[in-house]
Amino acid sequence: MTWEVVIGLETHTQLGTAAKIFSGASTAFGAPPNTQAAAVDLALPGVLPVLNKGAVERAIRFGLAVGGTINARSIFARKNYFYPDLPKGYQISQFEIPIVAGGSLAIVTPQGEKTVHLTRAHLEEDAGKSLHEDFHGMSGIDLNRAGTPLLEIVSEPEMRSAAEAVAYAKTLRGLVRWIGISDGNMQEGSFRCDANVSVRPAGAVTLGTRCEIKNLNSFRFLEKAIDYEVRRQIALIEDGGAVVQETRLYDPDRDETRSMRSKEDAQDYRYFPDPDLPPLIIDDAWIARIRAELPELPAAMKIRWAAQYGLPAYDAAALTASRELAAYFEDAVAAMGNTGSDSAKTLANWVLGEVAAGVNRAEIEMQGVPVSAAQLARLVERIADATISAKMAKEVFDSMWAGEHGGDADAIIAAKGLLQISDAGAIEAIVDEVVKANAAVVADYKAGRVKAFNSLVGQVMKASHGKANPEQVHAALKGRLAR
Amino acid sequence: MFAGTITEVSQALRAKRFSSVELTTDVLQRVERAQPVLNAFITIDAEGAIAQARAADNALGRGDAAPLTGIPIAHKDILMTAGLKTTCGSRMLAQFVAPYDAFVVAGLKEAGTVLIGKTNMDEFAMGSSNETSWFGPVRNPWNTDYVPGGSSGGSAAAVAARLLPATTGTDTGGSIRQPAALTGVCGLKPTYGSCSRYGLVAFASSLDQAGPFARTAEDCGLMLNAMCGHDSRDSTSLPRPREDYTRLLRESAPAKSLSGLRIGLPKEYFGEGIDSDVASAMQGALAQFTQLGATMVDVELPSANLSVPVYYVIAPAEASSNLSRFDGVRYGHRAARYDGLTDMYKKTRAEGFGDEVKRRILVGTYVLSHGYYDAYYLKAQQVRRLIADDFTRAYQNCDVIMGPTAPTPAFKLGDKLDDPVQMYLNDMFTIAANLTGAPAISIPCGFDNTGVPIGLQIQGNYFSEANLLRVAHRFQQATDWHLRSPSDFTRHVSREAVTS
Repeated sequence: MTWEVVIGLETHTQLGTAAKIFSGASTAFGAPPNTQAAAVDLALPGVLPVLNKGAVERAIRFGLAVGGTINARSIFARKNYFYPDLPKGYQISQFEIPIVAGGSLAIVTPQGEKTVHLTRAHLEEDAGKSLHEDFHGMSGIDLNRAGTPLLEIVSEPEMRSAAEAVAYAKTLRGLVRWIGISDGNMQEGSFRCDANVSVRPAGAVTLGTRCEIKNLNSFRFLEKAIDYEVRRQIALIEDGGAVVQETRLYDPDRDETRSMRSKEDAQDYRYFPDPDLPPLIIDDAWIARIRAELPELPAAMKIRWAAQYGLPAYDAAALTASRELAAYFEDAVAAMGNTGSDSAKTLANWVLGEVAAGVNRAEIEMQGVPVSAAQLARLVERIADATISAKMAKEVFDSMWAGEHGGDADAIIAAKGLLQISDAGAIEAIVDEVVKANAAVVADYKAGRVKAFNSLVGQVMKASHGKANPEQVHAALKGRLAR
Repeated sequence: MFAGTITEVSQALRAKRFSSVELTTDVLQRVERAQPVLNAFITIDAEGAIAQARAADNALGRGDAAPLTGIPIAHKDILMTAGLKTTCGSRMLAQFVAPYDAFVVAGLKEAGTVLIGKTNMDEFAMGSSNETSWFGPVRNPWNTDYVPGGSSGGSAAAVAARLLPATTGTDTGGSIRQPAALTGVCGLKPTYGSCSRYGLVAFASSLDQAGPFARTAEDCGLMLNAMCGHDSRDSTSLPRPREDYTRLLRESAPAKSLSGLRIGLPKEYFGEGIDSDVASAMQGALAQFTQLGATMVDVELPSANLSVPVYYVIAPAEASSNLSRFDGVRYGHRAARYDGLTDMYKKTRAEGFGDEVKRRILVGTYVLSHGYYDAYYLKAQQVRRLIADDFTRAYQNCDVIMGPTAPTPAFKLGDKLDDPVQMYLNDMFTIAANLTGAPAISIPCGFDNTGVPIGLQIQGNYFSEANLLRVAHRFQQATDWHLRSPSDFTRHVSREAVTS
């Protein structure tokens, strides 16, 4: 039987406010335990929550960026449960009426483009951390994280493979960073995903029973956890069993998911509107102001680039992975004299190829790339106008990255004597010499051995120290041998 | 001479008839003497009080004294007081020292008052007789076999016993007004949002409001001036400019000082279940208001009889969540022995909370549970709206609504302890003001045949505190119910002192 995989994601994004969502304590990561917990975060008797407007603004920004509805009136609710790192015994969240309803995200996979719809996005506070090691049979509680603002973004179950789920998560992470609401740092837990996974026979209308895999804090784990879970569910059903609705945890060491709690164990959270917080009212003027502050969004940029530079969707999606990368590309295009689709595509190849590889190798951010956009543009121009070959360009780029000659492509080309020989007379002279010196190979070629031609091209390039224009060499050699 | 009202004591302090230290020393002696009989206090801070009295004397000496400078007060033990225990009348917080001042505590401190101590109360403000306190019941100074009402029983008893001129309380379903009525003092619950709840340990967040106890309406106004104001730390605090709640009391009073006042009389407040002495005291008070020029208007509050059931859904629901923080993890009581996390929670909360608190946590948890939320909590919120609509309609035809504060005068200790519903019904007239958020005051208006006091409740529309105080003040100018003090109480004290 063919199975269809159905995946929906719930993503917790930490909003990048300096202070917590309901207290004035700092949200900075990595402070000594319990040094960033105010009276409100400790849930001392008599303290009350006061909503941080910065968190609301970030949620609005997100809602606008995904084309969702910003609810004019949303409600904070209490989600009640006991746990030592939840100081109040309830988490303040949004339940019936979230701040953002709907919206969508366009994702691109090698299989093509797809729109994933969002159910909602709501504001809530994070819990603290329970530390189960180092306390000799007891647990430590660190409340620094308690009260950190989160935006929980819930997708519709519209993804059909782990690869799509990863593409969605990457696009979402790129977007929250793009609009500056979160640093999206997965290692520090600023961006973590829960995946709802089910399978059903291909063509079935109703959904299969789902399992929720909690706290996936890397794209690799997200992909592996879903892949494992899909295999597990299919094997279970094909063996005559049934999937039980439950929450599961992914164990990266063993690459498997394990049951955490079943639906029967699920707690009754007794949600009710928090009487300490009046309804959150957002008027049109507030929304308009935030809309005006929004940068051009990746989706709009992709459409513009397709029209303006004829850039393929996949390249455009890759280049809009971050605002810095997109700005780098756009600056480079602007610095080029010729912005035809060929040179834009060549430039895209260079940014996504050598520049991206350099960034990964050096483990730096885009801002730290030593080759400026204008400098890269100059290099690509030298390829387009046949001053240097693509092969030579790689060598020039490495010199630019190393900062030689102030990163100036022309100066490096001159200094290294890498100028391409495009003079027809000079090339013909070399070709003539090579043909004369390799009579046996020429004979082979004339006897019908096509490979012999390549050997002759190689000889010419070698004789020119690699600087001869390969296309011209080809043509000149063909002409010479045809005589 | 030390047992006067705020107004009297303040004048005496300015006239240097005695100093704040002399006054405070006397108050402390009377408080200590009364404590074995009344049990009105949980904490008495003699050292702190004397230090504050010295500061008050300095201010008086410099001539920059405020109206409340040097006035001895006490706070209900549910208001956070920096450096002093704040127990909420519970074993759970029996040793808890507050690290900060509540908004109203800070306001009264800034106003120059001298804090004598913290008053006894029903545990977490849950009770109408002050019998649920972990620190034992408070007794009514008018008859020590009787309860003082609750939950702010200690604050009411302390003022009634003339130990000090004013105290604070909190009112979630009548916890200021009902004990004020049962002990013969004035108690006012302001409009919800007038007094910041910051530092008021939450029982039911949408209903809780702090307010003053004093002997006169005028004193209540002076206290209120220092207690109210906007506070950005409470999101339900109303952003209104400060007002002088005594501003309508200074006008000269003609004979018909309340002419033009329309008093609404809901038939629901004068029907079944009202004690006959309470009913006749009401008639007497209304006759007095008629003499003062007021007119009586019949009004209808058809949903008012649903106040008690609505309250006993909403208040426990909020309480069940508010009290979750008392889990033994960070502060407060923790069971000495337990086996694992769940067992620690169970034992800590089983030991730390008393029966009434547990009862309400159970009810609140139930009404919020999956499958019951719509039938109970949501329905109760809808009826709460209907009750508010009743009052809005009524105030189109009247300025204030009057009736008994409680259906009966004070009852004996233990009488209603085993019958929660009978206990809850004692708040049948006070709860509506908490559900709607409107202000209400209780003032003494008579005594029953056994000699315990009866209270008149005056309710008004939102933000009408100044007018409520004016109405009460005019009544007190024409009557002397508020001047009567429990003379028997001194004998009780001396007798108890001798026997102990």
